[in-house]
Amino acid sequence: MEKEEIYKRVKDIFIEEFELEEDELTPAATLYDELELDSLDAVDLVVALEKEIGVKMRGEEAMREVRTIDDLVNLIQLFLNKG
Amino acid sequence: MLNHRVVITGRGAVSCYGLGLNNLFDNVWQGHSGVKVMEQWQAISGLTSFLAAPVPSFDAKKLLPRSLRRTMGGMAVNAALAAREAVAEAGLDEDYLHSGDIGTAFGSTTGSPEIYEQLYRTLLFDKSIEPIKSGEFFKIMGHSCSANVMYSLGLKGEQWGPSSACTSSAQAIGLGYLLVGGGRQEAMICGGADEVHHSVTTVFDVLQAASKQNDSPQSTPRPFDRDRDGVVCGGGAGALVLETLESARNRGAAILAEIVGFGHVGDPGHIAHPDPDAMARAMEKALSEAGLTGDEVDYVNGHATGTLQGDSAEAEAIARIMGSSTPVSSCKGHMGHTLGAAGALESILSIEMMQRGELVPTLNLDQPGDDCKNIDLLGELRPTTTNVIVKNSFAMGGVNVSIIFKRFG
Repeated sequence: MEKEEIYKRVKDIFIEEFELEEDELTPAATLYDELELDSLDAVDLVVALEKEIGVKMRGEEAMREVRTIDDLVNLIQLFLNKG
Repeated sequence: MLNHRVVITGRGAVSCYGLGLNNLFDNVWQGHSGVKVMEQWQAISGLTSFLAAPVPSFDAKKLLPRSLRRTMGGMAVNAALAAREAVAEAGLDEDYLHSGDIGTAFGSTTGSPEIYEQLYRTLLFDKSIEPIKSGEFFKIMGHSCSANVMYSLGLKGEQWGPSSACTSSAQAIGLGYLLVGGGRQEAMICGGADEVHHSVTTVFDVLQAASKQNDSPQSTPRPFDRDRDGVVCGGGAGALVLETLESARNRGAAILAEIVGFGHVGDPGHIAHPDPDAMARAMEKALSEAGLTGDEVDYVNGHATGTLQGDSAEAEAIARIMGSSTPVSSCKGHMGHTLGAAGALESILSIEMMQRGELVPTLNLDQPGDDCKNIDLLGELRPTTTNVIVKNSFAMGGVNVSIIFKRFG
Protein backbone atom coordinates (compact mmCIF):
# COMPACT_ATOMS: atom_id res chain seq x y z
CA MET A 1 0.00 0.00 0.00
CA GLU A 2 1.32 3.44 -0.93
CA LYS A 3 2.17 5.84 1.87
CA GLU A 4 -0.41 8.34 0.63
CA GLU A 5 -3.15 5.69 0.83
CA ILE A 6 -2.08 4.70 4.35
CA TYR A 7 -2.13 8.36 5.42
CA LYS A 8 -5.64 8.75 4.04
CA ARG A 9 -6.88 5.65 5.89
CA VAL A 10 -5.21 6.74 9.11
CA LYS A 11 -6.91 10.11 8.81
CA ASP A 12 -10.24 8.37 8.29
CA ILE A 13 -9.66 6.32 11.44
CA PHE A 14 -8.86 9.41 13.48
CA ILE A 15 -11.92 11.23 12.17
CA GLU A 16 -14.23 8.28 12.78
CA GLU A 17 -12.76 6.82 15.95
CA PHE A 18 -11.55 9.91 17.77
CA GLU A 19 -13.94 12.45 16.24
CA LEU A 20 -11.09 14.77 15.22
CA GLU A 21 -11.28 17.28 12.38
CA GLU A 22 -9.38 16.57 9.17
CA ASP A 23 -7.43 19.83 9.29
CA GLU A 24 -5.92 18.81 12.66
CA LEU A 25 -4.47 15.63 11.14
CA THR A 26 -1.27 16.91 9.58
CA PRO A 27 1.67 14.52 9.27
CA ALA A 28 3.49 16.45 12.01
CA ALA A 29 0.60 16.41 14.49
CA THR A 30 1.63 14.70 17.72
CA LEU A 31 -0.80 12.04 18.92
CA TYR A 32 -0.60 12.51 22.66
CA ASP A 33 0.05 16.26 22.93
CA GLU A 34 -1.64 18.02 20.04
CA LEU A 35 -4.37 15.46 19.34
CA GLU A 36 -4.78 14.66 23.07
CA LEU A 37 -4.98 10.88 22.74
CA ASP A 38 -4.41 8.90 25.93
CA SER A 39 -3.64 5.32 26.93
CA LEU A 40 -7.21 4.12 26.24
CA ASP A 41 -7.15 5.75 22.82
CA ALA A 42 -3.86 4.00 22.06
CA VAL A 43 -5.56 0.66 22.66
CA ASP A 44 -8.46 1.63 20.41
CA LEU A 45 -6.09 2.88 17.73
CA VAL A 46 -4.52 -0.58 17.50
CA VAL A 47 -7.98 -2.20 17.27
CA ALA A 48 -9.01 0.22 14.51
CA LEU A 49 -5.76 -0.22 12.55
CA GLU A 50 -6.28 -3.96 12.47
CA LYS A 51 -9.91 -3.64 11.45
CA GLU A 52 -9.51 -0.93 8.82
CA ILE A 53 -6.02 -1.59 7.42
CA GLY A 54 -5.41 -5.17 8.45
CA VAL A 55 -2.16 -4.45 10.25
CA LYS A 56 -1.57 -6.12 13.64
CA MET A 57 0.17 -3.79 16.09
CA ARG A 58 -1.05 -5.21 19.41
CA GLY A 59 1.81 -5.45 21.89
CA GLU A 60 4.39 -4.18 19.39
CA GLU A 61 7.21 -2.29 21.09
CA ALA A 62 7.57 -0.04 18.05
CA MET A 63 4.15 1.52 18.75
CA ARG A 64 5.61 3.07 21.91
CA GLU A 65 8.01 5.13 19.79
CA VAL A 66 5.27 6.65 17.65
CA ARG A 67 4.92 10.37 18.31
CA THR A 68 3.32 11.83 15.18
CA ILE A 69 0.85 10.83 12.49
CA ASP A 70 3.80 10.55 10.11
CA ASP A 71 5.61 8.17 12.52
CA LEU A 72 2.47 6.05 12.60
CA VAL A 73 2.07 6.00 8.82
CA ASN A 74 5.74 5.00 8.38
CA LEU A 75 5.40 2.22 10.94
CA ILE A 76 2.27 0.86 9.31
CA GLN A 77 4.04 0.85 5.94
CA LEU A 78 6.98 -1.00 7.48
CA PHE A 79 4.68 -3.66 8.97
CA LEU A 80 2.73 -4.05 5.75
CA ASN A 81 5.93 -4.45 3.73
CA LYS A 82 7.16 -7.08 6.20
CA GLY A 83 4.00 -8.96 5.25
CA MET B 1 -27.97 9.79 64.57
CA LEU B 2 -27.91 12.40 61.80
CA ASN B 3 -26.77 15.90 62.69
CA HIS B 4 -27.80 17.66 59.46
CA ARG B 5 -31.20 18.03 57.86
CA VAL B 6 -31.14 16.68 54.30
CA VAL B 7 -33.03 18.49 51.57
CA ILE B 8 -33.52 17.94 47.86
CA THR B 9 -32.61 20.79 45.56
CA GLY B 10 -32.33 19.23 42.11
CA ARG B 11 -33.76 16.50 39.90
CA GLY B 12 -32.95 15.12 36.48
CA ALA B 13 -34.53 12.44 34.33
CA VAL B 14 -34.17 10.36 31.21
CA SER B 15 -37.19 8.15 30.61
CA CYS B 16 -39.32 6.36 28.05
CA TYR B 17 -40.62 9.82 27.20
CA GLY B 18 -37.17 11.09 26.25
CA LEU B 19 -34.75 13.51 27.85
CA GLY B 20 -35.53 15.76 30.74
CA LEU B 21 -37.96 16.46 33.53
CA ASN B 22 -40.48 18.28 31.36
CA ASN B 23 -41.00 15.29 29.05
CA LEU B 24 -41.42 13.05 32.09
CA PHE B 25 -43.89 15.30 33.89
CA ASP B 26 -45.94 16.19 30.81
CA ASN B 27 -46.42 12.57 29.75
CA VAL B 28 -47.10 11.17 33.21
CA TRP B 29 -49.63 13.87 34.01
CA GLN B 30 -51.34 13.28 30.67
CA GLY B 31 -51.53 9.55 31.38
CA HIS B 32 -49.38 8.42 28.46
CA SER B 33 -47.88 4.94 28.38
CA GLY B 34 -44.28 4.46 27.27
CA VAL B 35 -44.74 0.74 26.63
CA LYS B 36 -44.28 -0.75 23.17
CA VAL B 37 -43.87 -4.13 21.50
CA MET B 38 -40.26 -5.21 20.96
CA GLU B 39 -40.63 -7.00 17.62
CA GLN B 40 -37.06 -8.28 17.52
CA TRP B 41 -37.53 -10.23 20.77
CA GLN B 42 -40.05 -12.53 19.11
CA ALA B 43 -37.16 -14.53 17.67
CA ILE B 44 -36.04 -15.66 21.14
CA SER B 45 -37.21 -19.18 21.87
CA GLY B 46 -39.35 -19.51 24.98
CA LEU B 47 -39.66 -15.79 25.67
CA THR B 48 -43.32 -14.90 26.12
CA SER B 49 -43.14 -11.19 26.95
CA PHE B 50 -42.25 -8.85 24.09
CA LEU B 51 -42.98 -5.65 25.93
CA ALA B 52 -40.81 -2.83 27.19
CA ALA B 53 -40.69 0.91 27.77
CA PRO B 54 -37.29 1.86 26.30
CA VAL B 55 -35.73 5.29 26.18
CA PRO B 56 -36.28 6.68 22.64
CA SER B 57 -33.03 6.85 20.69
CA PHE B 58 -31.20 10.17 20.56
CA ASP B 59 -27.80 11.35 19.38
CA ALA B 60 -25.55 11.34 22.44
CA LYS B 61 -22.73 12.79 20.31
CA LYS B 62 -24.45 16.15 20.45
CA LEU B 63 -24.72 16.05 24.23
CA LEU B 64 -21.51 14.51 25.58
CA PRO B 65 -17.91 14.67 24.34
CA ARG B 66 -16.23 11.52 23.06
CA SER B 67 -13.81 11.54 25.99
CA LEU B 68 -16.79 10.82 28.26
CA ARG B 69 -18.89 8.71 25.89
CA ARG B 70 -16.15 6.21 25.12
CA THR B 71 -16.62 4.55 28.54
CA MET B 72 -20.41 4.81 28.66
CA GLY B 73 -23.00 2.23 27.74
CA GLY B 74 -26.55 3.43 27.24
CA MET B 75 -27.38 3.45 30.93
CA ALA B 76 -24.32 5.50 31.84
CA VAL B 77 -25.11 8.06 29.12
CA ASN B 78 -28.58 8.40 30.60
CA ALA B 79 -27.19 8.57 34.15
CA ALA B 80 -24.78 11.35 33.18
CA LEU B 81 -27.50 13.37 31.44
CA ALA B 82 -29.92 12.98 34.35
CA ALA B 83 -27.21 13.97 36.81
CA ARG B 84 -26.33 17.01 34.72
CA GLU B 85 -29.95 18.15 34.69
CA ALA B 86 -30.23 17.65 38.45
CA VAL B 87 -27.11 19.72 39.03
CA ALA B 88 -28.53 22.47 36.79
CA GLU B 89 -31.86 22.53 38.63
CA ALA B 90 -30.01 22.69 41.95
CA GLY B 91 -27.77 25.49 40.66
CA LEU B 92 -24.55 23.84 41.87
CA ASP B 93 -21.60 25.73 40.40
CA GLU B 94 -18.38 24.25 39.02
CA ASP B 95 -16.26 25.23 42.02
CA TYR B 96 -18.63 23.51 44.43
CA LEU B 97 -18.88 20.41 42.23
CA HIS B 98 -15.08 20.11 42.17
CA SER B 99 -14.55 20.93 45.84
CA GLY B 100 -14.59 17.38 47.23
CA ASP B 101 -17.64 18.25 49.34
CA ILE B 102 -19.96 16.63 46.80
CA GLY B 103 -20.05 12.93 45.95
CA THR B 104 -22.31 10.52 44.14
CA ALA B 105 -24.24 7.36 44.84
CA PHE B 106 -25.60 6.04 41.57
CA GLY B 107 -26.79 2.49 41.08
CA SER B 108 -27.91 0.01 38.47
CA THR B 109 -28.76 -3.67 38.35
CA THR B 110 -25.61 -4.53 36.38
CA GLY B 111 -23.44 -2.70 33.90
CA SER B 112 -24.83 -2.23 30.40
CA PRO B 113 -26.48 -5.51 29.27
CA GLU B 114 -26.18 -4.48 25.62
CA ILE B 115 -22.41 -4.17 25.97
CA TYR B 116 -22.25 -7.45 27.92
CA GLU B 117 -23.98 -9.11 24.99
CA GLN B 118 -21.55 -7.62 22.45
CA LEU B 119 -18.50 -8.47 24.55
CA TYR B 120 -19.45 -12.07 25.17
CA ARG B 121 -20.54 -12.54 21.58
CA THR B 122 -17.00 -11.59 20.59
CA LEU B 123 -15.34 -13.70 23.27
CA LEU B 124 -17.51 -16.80 23.05
CA PHE B 125 -18.59 -16.96 19.42
CA ASP B 126 -15.77 -15.18 17.60
CA LYS B 127 -13.29 -16.49 20.21
CA SER B 128 -11.25 -13.33 20.00
CA ILE B 129 -10.31 -10.37 22.13
CA GLU B 130 -8.83 -8.42 19.23
CA PRO B 131 -11.89 -6.28 18.35
CA ILE B 132 -12.54 -5.34 21.99
CA LYS B 133 -12.07 -1.66 22.65
CA SER B 134 -10.60 -0.10 25.76
CA GLY B 135 -13.86 1.41 26.99
CA GLU B 136 -15.87 -1.80 27.17
CA PHE B 137 -14.99 -2.75 30.74
CA PHE B 138 -16.05 0.67 31.98
CA LYS B 139 -19.46 0.16 30.37
CA ILE B 140 -20.13 -3.20 32.03
CA MET B 141 -18.56 -2.80 35.46
CA GLY B 142 -21.00 -2.72 38.35
CA HIS B 143 -20.26 0.92 39.15
CA SER B 144 -20.37 2.11 35.55
CA CYS B 145 -23.09 4.68 36.26
CA SER B 146 -21.53 6.16 39.39
CA ALA B 147 -18.07 6.32 37.81
CA ASN B 148 -19.34 8.00 34.68
CA VAL B 149 -21.47 10.45 36.68
CA MET B 150 -18.40 11.31 38.73
CA TYR B 151 -16.23 11.88 35.64
CA SER B 152 -18.85 13.83 33.75
CA LEU B 153 -19.39 16.24 36.64
CA GLY B 154 -15.82 16.33 37.94
CA LEU B 155 -16.84 15.24 41.44
CA LYS B 156 -14.07 14.60 43.96
CA GLY B 157 -16.17 13.34 46.87
CA GLU B 158 -17.27 9.84 47.74
CA GLN B 159 -18.37 7.52 44.96
CA TRP B 160 -20.74 4.63 45.63
CA GLY B 161 -22.50 2.33 43.20
CA PRO B 162 -25.31 0.49 44.98
CA SER B 163 -26.33 -2.53 42.95
CA SER B 164 -29.46 -4.24 44.21
CA ALA B 165 -31.62 -4.54 41.10
CA CYS B 166 -34.94 -2.81 41.65
CA THR B 167 -33.83 -0.98 44.81
CA SER B 168 -30.51 0.30 43.45
CA SER B 169 -31.50 3.95 43.24
CA ALA B 170 -33.63 3.85 46.38
CA GLN B 171 -30.55 2.58 48.20
CA ALA B 172 -28.51 5.33 46.53
CA ILE B 173 -30.90 7.98 47.84
CA GLY B 174 -30.85 6.37 51.29
CA LEU B 175 -27.09 6.23 51.25
CA GLY B 176 -26.89 9.86 50.17
CA TYR B 177 -29.24 10.76 53.01
CA LEU B 178 -26.94 9.02 55.52
CA LEU B 179 -23.73 10.54 54.13
CA VAL B 180 -25.12 14.08 53.89
CA GLY B 181 -27.05 13.84 57.14
CA GLY B 182 -24.00 12.46 58.89
CA GLY B 183 -21.82 15.31 57.66
CA ARG B 184 -19.43 13.28 55.49
CA GLN B 185 -20.53 15.17 52.37
CA GLU B 186 -22.29 18.50 51.94
CA ALA B 187 -24.18 17.20 48.92
CA MET B 188 -24.62 13.97 46.99
CA ILE B 189 -25.85 13.34 43.46
CA CYS B 190 -28.01 10.25 43.94
CA GLY B 191 -29.92 8.06 41.57
CA GLY B 192 -29.89 5.09 39.30
CA ALA B 193 -30.26 3.85 35.77
CA ASP B 194 -31.03 0.74 33.78
CA GLU B 195 -31.53 -0.29 30.15
CA VAL B 196 -34.18 -2.23 28.32
CA HIS B 197 -32.67 -5.48 27.07
CA HIS B 198 -34.18 -8.89 26.37
CA SER B 199 -31.90 -10.50 28.97
CA VAL B 200 -33.48 -8.31 31.65
CA THR B 201 -37.04 -9.17 30.67
CA THR B 202 -35.95 -12.81 30.50
CA VAL B 203 -35.24 -12.74 34.23
CA PHE B 204 -38.89 -11.98 34.94
CA ASP B 205 -40.19 -14.26 32.19
CA VAL B 206 -38.32 -17.23 33.64
CA LEU B 207 -39.99 -16.54 36.98
CA GLN B 208 -43.42 -16.27 35.27
CA ALA B 209 -43.57 -12.64 36.37
CA ALA B 210 -43.42 -10.80 33.03
CA SER B 211 -46.57 -9.45 31.41
CA LYS B 212 -47.76 -11.38 28.36
CA GLN B 213 -50.32 -8.84 27.16
CA ASN B 214 -48.39 -8.42 23.93
CA ASP B 215 -51.50 -7.50 21.96
CA SER B 216 -52.22 -4.45 24.09
CA PRO B 217 -48.89 -2.88 25.05
CA GLN B 218 -50.44 0.40 26.19
CA SER B 219 -52.67 -1.43 28.69
CA THR B 220 -49.94 -3.16 30.66
CA PRO B 221 -48.43 -3.33 33.25
CA ARG B 222 -51.51 -2.97 35.45
CA PRO B 223 -50.39 -2.34 39.05
CA PHE B 224 -52.99 -3.28 41.68
CA ASP B 225 -55.51 -4.21 38.91
CA ARG B 226 -57.60 -7.34 38.83
CA ASP B 227 -56.13 -8.27 35.43
CA ARG B 228 -52.48 -7.59 36.20
CA ASP B 229 -50.17 -10.28 34.88
CA GLY B 230 -46.64 -9.12 35.54
CA VAL B 231 -43.80 -6.72 34.96
CA VAL B 232 -42.94 -4.71 31.86
CA CYS B 233 -39.35 -3.55 32.02
CA GLY B 234 -38.48 0.06 31.29
CA GLY B 235 -35.32 2.05 30.76
CA GLY B 236 -34.12 5.38 32.00
CA ALA B 237 -32.22 7.25 34.67
CA GLY B 238 -33.19 9.46 37.56
CA ALA B 239 -30.97 11.75 39.62
CA LEU B 240 -31.55 13.87 42.71
CA VAL B 241 -29.33 16.37 44.47
CA LEU B 242 -29.37 15.78 48.23
CA GLU B 243 -27.84 18.55 50.28
CA THR B 244 -27.51 19.72 53.85
CA LEU B 245 -30.03 22.38 54.75
CA GLU B 246 -27.11 24.70 55.63
CA SER B 247 -25.58 24.29 52.20
CA ALA B 248 -28.89 24.88 50.42
CA ARG B 249 -29.56 27.98 52.50
CA ASN B 250 -26.05 29.34 51.99
CA ARG B 251 -26.49 29.04 48.25
CA GLY B 252 -30.01 30.40 48.27
CA ALA B 253 -31.20 27.23 46.53
CA ALA B 254 -34.88 26.41 46.11
CA ILE B 255 -35.73 23.48 48.39
CA LEU B 256 -38.06 20.94 46.80
CA ALA B 257 -38.53 18.58 49.75
CA GLU B 258 -36.80 17.18 52.81
CA ILE B 259 -35.89 13.55 53.43
CA VAL B 260 -36.89 12.66 56.97
CA GLY B 261 -36.83 8.87 57.06
CA PHE B 262 -35.11 5.91 55.46
CA GLY B 263 -36.31 2.42 56.25
CA HIS B 264 -34.09 -0.34 54.91
CA VAL B 265 -34.70 -3.89 56.05
CA GLY B 266 -33.78 -7.38 54.96
CA ASP B 267 -36.10 -10.27 54.31
CA PRO B 268 -34.39 -13.65 54.74
CA GLY B 269 -37.62 -15.60 54.23
CA HIS B 270 -37.37 -16.29 50.49
CA ILE B 271 -35.04 -14.84 47.89
CA ALA B 272 -37.82 -14.24 45.34
CA HIS B 273 -41.09 -13.95 47.27
CA PRO B 274 -42.30 -10.55 48.43
CA ASP B 275 -43.08 -10.44 52.13
CA PRO B 276 -45.67 -8.02 53.54
CA ASP B 277 -44.02 -8.21 56.97
CA ALA B 278 -40.69 -7.00 55.58
CA MET B 279 -42.40 -4.26 53.54
CA ALA B 280 -44.27 -3.12 56.64
CA ARG B 281 -41.09 -3.11 58.71
CA ALA B 282 -39.38 -0.89 56.11
CA MET B 283 -42.24 1.62 56.31
CA GLU B 284 -42.32 1.43 60.11
CA LYS B 285 -38.59 2.07 60.34
CA ALA B 286 -38.82 5.08 58.04
CA LEU B 287 -41.77 6.52 59.95
CA SER B 288 -40.08 5.92 63.29
CA GLU B 289 -36.94 7.73 62.12
CA ALA B 290 -39.10 10.61 60.90
CA GLY B 291 -41.03 10.76 64.18
CA LEU B 292 -44.26 10.22 62.26
CA THR B 293 -47.13 7.79 62.46
CA GLY B 294 -48.89 6.05 59.60
CA ASP B 295 -51.94 8.28 59.78
CA GLU B 296 -49.77 11.34 59.12
CA VAL B 297 -48.80 10.05 55.67
CA ASP B 298 -50.62 11.88 52.86
CA TYR B 299 -49.61 9.67 49.93
CA VAL B 300 -47.80 6.41 49.25
CA ASN B 301 -45.97 5.98 45.95
CA GLY B 302 -45.92 2.23 45.72
CA HIS B 303 -43.30 -0.05 44.34
CA ALA B 304 -46.21 -2.01 42.76
CA THR B 305 -44.87 -3.44 39.53
CA GLY B 306 -48.00 -5.25 38.37
CA THR B 307 -47.13 -8.74 39.62
CA LEU B 308 -49.74 -10.87 41.33
CA GLN B 309 -47.77 -11.48 44.51
CA GLY B 310 -45.88 -8.21 44.85
CA ASP B 311 -48.82 -5.83 44.55
CA SER B 312 -50.91 -7.94 46.90
CA ALA B 313 -48.16 -8.02 49.53
CA GLU B 314 -47.57 -4.29 49.28
CA ALA B 315 -51.28 -3.49 49.60
CA GLU B 316 -51.41 -5.62 52.73
CA ALA B 317 -48.36 -3.91 54.19
CA ILE B 318 -49.64 -0.41 53.39
CA ALA B 319 -53.04 -1.22 54.89
CA ARG B 320 -51.34 -2.44 58.04
CA ILE B 321 -49.19 0.66 58.52
CA MET B 322 -51.20 3.47 56.92
CA GLY B 323 -54.74 2.15 57.06
CA SER B 324 -57.22 2.22 54.22
CA SER B 325 -57.65 5.96 53.68
CA THR B 326 -54.16 7.03 52.54
CA PRO B 327 -54.01 7.58 48.76
CA VAL B 328 -51.76 5.10 46.95
CA SER B 329 -50.59 4.87 43.35
CA SER B 330 -47.77 3.38 41.29
CA CYS B 331 -45.88 4.95 38.37
CA LYS B 332 -45.14 1.56 36.77
CA GLY B 333 -48.28 1.67 34.61
CA HIS B 334 -46.79 4.66 32.79
CA MET B 335 -43.09 3.78 32.50
CA GLY B 336 -42.93 0.09 33.26
CA HIS B 337 -40.49 -1.10 35.87
CA THR B 338 -37.32 0.92 35.35
CA LEU B 339 -35.46 -1.32 37.83
CA GLY B 340 -32.34 0.48 39.01
CA ALA B 341 -33.84 3.81 37.97
CA ALA B 342 -37.26 3.20 39.52
CA GLY B 343 -36.62 4.51 43.03
CA ALA B 344 -35.16 7.75 41.69
CA LEU B 345 -37.60 8.41 38.82
CA GLU B 346 -40.59 7.67 41.05
CA SER B 347 -39.18 9.83 43.87
CA ILE B 348 -38.83 12.66 41.36
CA LEU B 349 -42.44 12.21 40.31
CA SER B 350 -43.59 12.00 43.93
CA ILE B 351 -41.85 15.27 44.77
CA GLU B 352 -43.43 16.88 41.71
CA MET B 353 -46.85 15.69 42.91
CA MET B 354 -46.13 17.43 46.23
CA GLN B 355 -45.03 20.57 44.40
CA ARG B 356 -48.08 20.67 42.12
CA GLY B 357 -50.60 19.63 44.76
CA GLU B 358 -51.88 16.82 42.54
CA LEU B 359 -51.61 13.07 43.00
CA VAL B 360 -51.28 11.06 39.79
CA PRO B 361 -53.29 7.81 39.61
CA THR B 362 -51.96 4.45 38.46
CA LEU B 363 -52.22 4.09 34.69
CA ASN B 364 -54.09 0.92 33.60
CA LEU B 365 -55.73 0.46 36.99
CA ASP B 366 -59.35 -0.07 35.97
CA GLN B 367 -60.69 -2.64 38.43
CA PRO B 368 -58.69 -3.09 41.64
CA GLY B 369 -57.86 -6.68 42.46
CA ASP B 370 -59.79 -8.11 45.40
CA ASP B 371 -56.50 -8.47 47.25
CA CYS B 372 -55.71 -4.76 46.73
CA LYS B 373 -59.02 -3.25 47.81
CA ASN B 374 -57.83 -2.77 51.37
CA ILE B 375 -56.10 0.53 50.45
CA ASP B 376 -57.22 3.81 48.85
CA LEU B 377 -56.12 3.35 45.25
CA LEU B 378 -56.22 6.61 43.34
CA GLY B 379 -58.65 6.34 40.46
CA GLU B 380 -58.08 9.76 38.97
CA LEU B 381 -55.87 12.81 39.31
CA ARG B 382 -56.53 14.11 42.81
CA PRO B 383 -55.86 17.73 43.78
CA THR B 384 -54.72 17.80 47.40
CA THR B 385 -52.12 19.30 49.69
CA THR B 386 -49.46 16.71 50.37
CA ASN B 387 -46.98 17.15 53.20
CA VAL B 388 -45.68 13.63 53.81
CA ILE B 389 -44.96 11.04 51.12
CA VAL B 390 -43.79 7.45 51.57
CA LYS B 391 -41.88 6.07 48.59
CA ASN B 392 -41.51 2.28 48.56
CA SER B 393 -38.94 0.28 46.62
CA PHE B 394 -38.52 -3.46 46.93
CA ALA B 395 -36.14 -5.88 45.23
CA MET B 396 -35.81 -9.60 44.84
CA GLY B 397 -33.00 -10.76 47.05
CA GLY B 398 -34.79 -9.46 50.13
CA VAL B 399 -34.20 -5.69 49.97
CA ASN B 400 -37.02 -3.51 51.25
CA VAL B 401 -36.69 0.28 51.23
CA SER B 402 -39.05 3.08 52.25
CA ILE B 403 -38.07 6.72 52.01
CA ILE B 404 -40.08 9.59 53.47
CA PHE B 405 -40.21 12.95 51.71
CA LYS B 406 -41.66 15.87 53.65
CA ARG B 407 -42.71 19.28 52.46
CA PHE B 408 -40.02 21.70 53.59
CA GLY B 409 -40.97 24.48 55.92
